[in-house]
Amino acid sequence: MTLTGQRPARVDQEPGSRPALSHRLAERGIDKLLLLLLPALVFALVLFVYPFVYGLGLSFQPKTGGVFGAYVKFFTDPSVRGLDSIWVTLQLALPAALLNVLVSVPIAYKMRGKFRGKRALTTVLVIPITLGTVLTAEGLLNFFGQRGWLNRFLGLLGFEPLQLVQNYWGVLWSLIISGFPFAFLLILSYLSGIDPSLEAAARTLGADWKQRFRRITLPLLAPGLAITFCLTFVLAFSVFPSAILVGDPSGSTRVIAYVAYNAWGQQFDYPLASAAAIVMGAVELVVIVLVLIWRSRMYKGSTGGKG
Amino acid sequence: MSLTLKPKAGATPAAAKRPLAASPGTFLIWGSMAVFLLLLLGVVSSVVVNSFAKEWFDTWLPSGYTPAWYADAWKEYDLGQVIGTTLTVSIAVVGISVLIGAPASYVLARRSFPGKNILMLVFLLPIMMPPITYGIPLATLLTYYHLAPGLTGVILANLVPSIPFVILTMTPFIEQINPSIESAARMCGANMLRLFTRILAPLLVPGILAAAVLVLVRTVGMFELTFLTSDSTSDTLVVALFTAMTGAGIRAQQSVDAMAVVYMLMMMVLLVVALRFVNPTQLVSQVREETD
Repeated sequence: MTLTGQRPARVDQEPGSRPALSHRLAERGIDKLLLLLLPALVFALVLFVYPFVYGLGLSFQPKTGGVFGAYVKFFTDPSVRGLDSIWVTLQLALPAALLNVLVSVPIAYKMRGKFRGKRALTTVLVIPITLGTVLTAEGLLNFFGQRGWLNRFLGLLGFEPLQLVQNYWGVLWSLIISGFPFAFLLILSYLSGIDPSLEAAARTLGADWKQRFRRITLPLLAPGLAITFCLTFVLAFSVFPSAILVGDPSGSTRVIAYVAYNAWGQQFDYPLASAAAIVMGAVELVVIVLVLIWRSRMYKGSTGGKG
Repeated sequence: MSLTLKPKAGATPAAAKRPLAASPGTFLIWGSMAVFLLLLLGVVSSVVVNSFAKEWFDTWLPSGYTPAWYADAWKEYDLGQVIGTTLTVSIAVVGISVLIGAPASYVLARRSFPGKNILMLVFLLPIMMPPITYGIPLATLLTYYHLAPGLTGVILANLVPSIPFVILTMTPFIEQINPSIESAARMCGANMLRLFTRILAPLLVPGILAAAVLVLVRTVGMFELTFLTSDSTSDTLVVALFTAMTGAGIRAQQSVDAMAVVYMLMMMVLLVVALRFVNPTQLVSQVREETD
């Protein structure tokens, strides 16, 4: 009975482009099937696109200073220090993301084969995901603090105590602890997606491990590296709670998320907060686009593994 | 320590081919990993030890141990209610996002249609954007409509990245199902509803579970969106922890630590469950490892 109901729709869908009977049968439901997308689309429009557009509009309607008043305030007002905060965030996020990716590659490279205890080791490396920002922050404060175990140990060896928390280093540490498991998991999956026979072929042709890595693994891994970098970068770029807890939010770790939240939740300056949020998104997208451009320049071709 | 030994044992047969220069590198890799894990262990255990400490000032270990901080934290921070809220929010988010995301991921896995790329971009952006970026306008809007601060606002805000996440996680699972099974069912007269309940749902159970557990982990750990949309009655555990720690001062640090340990244990259980359903290396690509 649905056959007759659906027939006119099929005429719209360019009949004949897929001649097989099974495909025509599948195509019959195309209109009905696309309806399944509707709830997700509605949610995305109502809860993501609409608020975003609303925020964009709001950022152009500050109480003072004309259309771009909020942006001018964000970039120039010494009490906001917006430009500074972008710089601070990038200084945290770029090294953290880069380090997490670069360290993950050799470890994942060593771990992609099969050996006993692989699953256990993977689990141990992934466990930091479960810690959460607050436990990490508490732990860093306890462990790296002035009277913490590390400084005690250094004291035994005769070193001066190091100031490792309540500053830039504390936040960087927490970004590494929370970001590394993600980077590692992603890199490991991309690496295991590369067909080992390609490397085996190179080996029979006499390539040593350096050549194999540079000529075969690295190009095939490039897309995965780019995506992993982007994802860990996003994670690190949105640093907010740990910048407050283990950092120094009024000074050296005044990240952009903190500026945006401060304007929103403390000063109730919604146009400024929206402007800060928009700038934050824009800066992040610029970095991601640059990485993706680099990736497309570096290697053009099929990826071997699915990536 | 067995960490350093195993890969070397695996490498021995190939040692003749492999230049010796590889082994300092191997040593360096496993060594730095051991240092990282050691530091991590120190970080975690200092919190665990402190959560049981009677008093801990300028010494290696606390002067005595007591489990009282856990009871203290439970009472003082109203942990019963906080955990209840966390469960309510995460179960609601998981349920709604799977119900909405699974059908959408089916269409995206099976069909190509004009505008598909734009649609994918709309679904990708919430994952690629820092939560604060869209969270601030969203929270402003939800407050305007009197949906936030409160439980509704928290759930709605958490759905924004969760639905795309379900879609992205489930699409590869659906791609793995042979379409001819569906065609056969259609030939036998099954309509869409039957197709979904009788054919796809049972085959998709692993995918649905994977997506659900991952969304659960994400939602329990999601700080920013909940923080922006919650009030004191709708705080989840992460947010309660954060407010306890920033507003500490008069309160004992140990009870915050006790709460953090509770949070960690909860997340660990979730993660172990997640790892049972999902092979982590299959998340981004369909790697077929013969046995694992």
